[in-house]
Amino acid sequence: MKSILKKEGLAGYLFMAPTIIIMGVFLILPIVYSVFLSFHKVRILGELNYRFIGFKSFLRIWEDERVWIALQNTAEYVLIVVPIQTILALLLALLLNGNIKGKNWFRIIFFLPTVTSSAVLTLIFMWIYNTNGLLNNLLAWFGLPVYNWLGDPAVALKAIMIMNIWSTAPFFMVIYLAALQDIPASLYEAAKIDGANKLDQFFNITFPLLKPVTFFIVVMGVIGTFQLFDQSYIFSAGSGGPNNSTLTVVLLIYQYAFKSLDMGYAAALALMLAAVIMAVTLVQRTLFKEEKLD
Amino acid sequence: MSQYRWFKIGLYSLLILYAIITFVPFAWALSASFKPLSEIVSGGMNFIPKDFTLNNYKTIFTQQALFGRWLFNSVFVAICVTGLNLLFNSMAGYALARIRFPGSRFWFFLILAVLMVPGQVTLIPSFLILKYLGWLNSYQGLIIPGAVNATFIFMMRQFFINFPKELEEAAALDGLSRWETFLQIVLPLAKPALAAQTIFIFMGAWNNFLMPLLILSDPEMFTLPLGLNAFKGQYISYWNYIMAASMVFTLPALAIYAFFNRYFIQGVTFTGSK
Repeated sequence: MKSILKKEGLAGYLFMAPTIIIMGVFLILPIVYSVFLSFHKVRILGELNYRFIGFKSFLRIWEDERVWIALQNTAEYVLIVVPIQTILALLLALLLNGNIKGKNWFRIIFFLPTVTSSAVLTLIFMWIYNTNGLLNNLLAWFGLPVYNWLGDPAVALKAIMIMNIWSTAPFFMVIYLAALQDIPASLYEAAKIDGANKLDQFFNITFPLLKPVTFFIVVMGVIGTFQLFDQSYIFSAGSGGPNNSTLTVVLLIYQYAFKSLDMGYAAALALMLAAVIMAVTLVQRTLFKEEKLD
Repeated sequence: MSQYRWFKIGLYSLLILYAIITFVPFAWALSASFKPLSEIVSGGMNFIPKDFTLNNYKTIFTQQALFGRWLFNSVFVAICVTGLNLLFNSMAGYALARIRFPGSRFWFFLILAVLMVPGQVTLIPSFLILKYLGWLNSYQGLIIPGAVNATFIFMMRQFFINFPKELEEAAALDGLSRWETFLQIVLPLAKPALAAQTIFIFMGAWNNFLMPLLILSDPEMFTLPLGLNAFKGQYISYWNYIMAASMVFTLPALAIYAFFNRYFIQGVTFTGSK
């Protein structure tokens, strides 16, 4: 008996070995290491060396004007993008949920942006956004005002928002579609007998039953938008410009760590971002639990 | 009945309108890739090039000598990352679901905990570790750190827990070892889960921008997204070349997507809230 257990233990660890080694070196160790870095001044040119500076980096975050700009941009971004993309995803899912001819074609087309790399999408949109570009031509054609989408600090972030809503909504649409298909048809049949119209059915059956999925999508959306990087980086050639209008927290971390080579401070910033994201996740957890008690 | 017809017409109009909104940016980029620069600069909204040309494609392949290399790097890295993930995530998921070994609960909860930590935290330390290992600008630096994925280990564990035990017991009676059972019996039956995983991991590796940006400085080692960004910097106002390059970069991903489309939707459902 003992030898069988031993053999099982050995097998277990053999199966787990790649995971334990890779996660250990590239996930667990980095997490510990980043806490260590955040309390040190790090010099990486020449020989790597650390000087203990305690909480100084965290205090510096408070006084760093660019952190506040990045947080403000990110907050504005989250507050506008998440509700719009969630509603759009729900709308599209509802449209596609019925008995639609060519359903698969619609899904394939709607899904194109989700599978295209963010680098390609950003370039395509920069091309559409240029002053003489397609979007301005369209706006002018409808008699609407045109903008310098890439160069005007007042609209540059909006340009990224439009692009990301467009490219993320279809992904959440699919999650909504899956959830819609789980709602038993008998509920709608019963409602019909009670004389409920489509709108009543939506607000009394569909919407309440979709609540947990909506929470999930909102939280995923918030986490995703907090981590915005590629689009801002390519859009502004790494600067976060014009005039810091597209500066995000992750871009700021990148700039401090790899442009100013101030890795200790950048690690502290990353930990702050992680704390914010994990707080959002925890809030979601509690909301989820309340949902289940209903 | 006529009310129902109007409803149908409205429904299809909205769907078609949104399909157009989705498709126009791609069509516009594709059309620009076949236009000479002069036609692009003069503006206008013509989707069909007045002066159709293949020169943009010729130019990017002849003038940008590294183009093929970037394509190779991306394909190679994405295939290695995907292959290793499929194997390692399944091995770990299987062990956590089926093998009783000391510490299995500890490892399971550690993987769950790791799922909570956002990637940005590990960026800087990972860079320093890769630098220490001498893995900057290398294939192993791009591949090994991403060779396992906590989300999919968790997913595979859930999958294997619902797996019929009898099959493995029969295999054990036939004298197969754990490893042989895993390779010959368990993995082949896990195809749907593996297919969904393939798409997500492949797309993730294919589209990854941030990590390659950090660890690659040698243009020879660039993957496509980085190459495209460098290309843009070099040909800043040559939108005809940039759009042609974008199209070349997009096609392989679209081909994979079209091929695995079925599983893609399935996979999203897998990772949904259920």
